[in-house]
Amino acid sequence: MEIKALILVLMGGVLINNYVLQQFLGICPFLGVSKKFSQASGMGIAVTFVMLCATAVTHPIYTCILEPAKLEYLQTIVFILVIAALVQFVEIVLKRFIPALYNSLGVYLPLITTNCAVLGVTINNITAGYDFITSMVSSLGVGLGFLLAMVLFAGVRSRIENCPAPKPFKGIPITLVAASIVALAFYGFAGVVENLLA
Amino acid sequence: MDILVPVLLLVVIAIICAVLLTVSSVFFAVKEDERAIAIREALPGANCGACGYSGCDSYAKALANGETDKTNLCIPGGDAVAKCVATLLGVEAEDVVEQVAYVACNGKCGRVEKKYDYQGVKTCASANLFFGGDKSCTSACLGYGDCMRACPQDAIYVEDYVARIDPRKCVGCGICVRECPNGIIRLINDTSRVVVECSNHEKGVITRKSCPNGCIGCMKCEKTCKFGAIKVIDNLATIDYSLCTGCAECVSVCPVHCIHEGNFICGAHF
Repeated sequence: MEIKALILVLMGGVLINNYVLQQFLGICPFLGVSKKFSQASGMGIAVTFVMLCATAVTHPIYTCILEPAKLEYLQTIVFILVIAALVQFVEIVLKRFIPALYNSLGVYLPLITTNCAVLGVTINNITAGYDFITSMVSSLGVGLGFLLAMVLFAGVRSRIENCPAPKPFKGIPITLVAASIVALAFYGFAGVVENLLA
Repeated sequence: MDILVPVLLLVVIAIICAVLLTVSSVFFAVKEDERAIAIREALPGANCGACGYSGCDSYAKALANGETDKTNLCIPGGDAVAKCVATLLGVEAEDVVEQVAYVACNGKCGRVEKKYDYQGVKTCASANLFFGGDKSCTSACLGYGDCMRACPQDAIYVEDYVARIDPRKCVGCGICVRECPNGIIRLINDTSRVVVECSNHEKGVITRKSCPNGCIGCMKCEKTCKFGAIKVIDNLATIDYSLCTGCAECVSVCPVHCIHEGNFICGAHF
């Protein structure tokens, strides 16, 4: 039963509540870094990684510090502070120990500092009342969902670049239209996950 | 007093984060390759890409990592930078073949006939869209100064409707060569002495009609050259700089005076 619930949360994060395509969080990297497949997947992996770290830090902070002190209203500002510091810390550590990963993530790591999807997933985990394990699984799901959206859209975009779009649609407009169609496609997943394990 | 607790809490969290970051930045500090930093300092920092790398940073990194042993790739920096980089790497300095650009057109004011009166946007690129420009020679310098605006060194000026490049200022980055819609700007080694200032490949009669300064392909230079360095290819005199000695015999025999002698190293005008 426990495992089943976790799988539901995970699949829900990837497909149904896809942060980019259903909740419209993290649109900036979604449009900005999806031009190339390699960049898109790098960004997606980096975001997943940071989401997991951020949840691992912010969830205990909320339950152990903010909740007992009755300071729940401080969660947004505290989370922003902690996530920003955390990303910087991760960057320093990666640079020292895994320079290959650091080089491939490059400029994306600091960009994630102010990514609203990361803040969104930590706050949504609290709002949904998840315990620590469920929060981590949910973050993983959301991160994978972000990765999926980035990779899918990178493929779509490389096709768009090569097609003769009408002049007024060239560039960002046709990209936005394509994004909305991809988002529409994701609505098809609604109702799938509930019956996945039934 | 109620406000004190949240304020204190935030301050404490911020201080913890700050301390953590400061400590970790010292503790996990990565030693950057000192040679790469030193080489980067020695390079001019124009990020022009003349070396073939995406910028001065990547060239410095490639040198420090040993990806390339060519210390003489920086054309804007010239011999001075090559020497500096070579000493930093502890290898022998190689001479940089410095390059300068020149405009291969001598169709000065009134010399080239106008096909029509161009009233559009005053750029070469846009004038070139209309039948290859308003000058009757399709290989002429259009004189609207696209190269002048692109030049990072202010080395290009337009005189008598023809762009001219000051070799004293030119660093040979080649941006103007890419910018020119007619492709009539060329890069040559600064040791060159003689240049053909015409790009017209039309037959002599047609060239003559549109511009009295254009190369008519009369072969006089080719016959005069003792070294076989100058050849008329497609109705245009072309110099093979690996053979040219700079004797300037061809300059004196050219009936249309489209071969010019100049000194690009010390920058004498011609």
